[in-house]
Amino acid sequence: MTDSCRAYSPIALRHLPHDAAGYASPRAPTRRRFISDAAALAGVGLVSTDVACLLSIKPAVATPESMRRAIGQVVGEAPVHKGKVKLDIPPLVESGNSVSITVTVENPMTATDYVKAIHVFNEQNPLPNVVSARLGPRTGRARLATRIRLADSQTVTAIAELADGSFWSDSAQVIVTLPACTERL
Amino acid sequence: MARTIINVPAKARRGDIIEIKSLIQHEMETGFRVDNVGQVLPRDIITDFICRYNGEEIFHAELFPAIAANPFFVFSTTATESGTITFEWSGDNGFSATASRDITVE
Repeated sequence: MTDSCRAYSPIALRHLPHDAAGYASPRAPTRRRFISDAAALAGVGLVSTDVACLLSIKPAVATPESMRRAIGQVVGEAPVHKGKVKLDIPPLVESGNSVSITVTVENPMTATDYVKAIHVFNEQNPLPNVVSARLGPRTGRARLATRIRLADSQTVTAIAELADGSFWSDSAQVIVTLPACTERL
Repeated sequence: MARTIINVPAKARRGDIIEIKSLIQHEMETGFRVDNVGQVLPRDIITDFICRYNGEEIFHAELFPAIAANPFFVFSTTATESGTITFEWSGDNGFSATASRDITVE
């Protein structure tokens, strides 16, 4: 992280795109104006397939609701407790293309009491799932580190499933300055 | 064959918890990106990564498009006996790669 990045407060960064959209100026090329203009063009048959494609492509985005559904598919009706799990992720990342995460579960790994699985979920990527890892008593230590993509500033959630069937979770807020997953080439 | 970088200690004491690092070269195309003419680039990712210690599965990860390019995993295992640790990746378009490392347990 550079010094110039530290100069911005997270709050200021989050609001930057909205403030920069230029609502004060009536002629500013806002997204709404672009879409309505493009639709008008399509109506009079002046548009190439490019614009038509652009209008039809709406990248799917995993909302917090779909994250809840994805978590529901894993945990079922079981309650998810806070604690035991520690999700390490940088609070501010410059590029969403590669973000290091570490999930550590404070639980022994013995033959009867062990961490069965670690799942990671996100809110704003096109899909709510990130990774699902199955562990066992032979894994030795309930710790998993990997690199993930993040499409936007959002909350990332890690859930651990223990051998006794209980679920534990931890969440972390991440601010992403350069989003990944759906960028145009 | 995709390039892999794997880090497993060559020697360990019995009962020690050893850390394993694995990385494989792969683009992990998400299936959500579009090219310059608006065509969606088809998904091409690794979907499964399995690590086995003398044939017994010790770590199995199911990967989604949210895993960064060149999937990298750090996990652990208990050194129980001398033998081979094998790594297996499989994914879209019939992708498959394997690697193995020997370990001596004293």
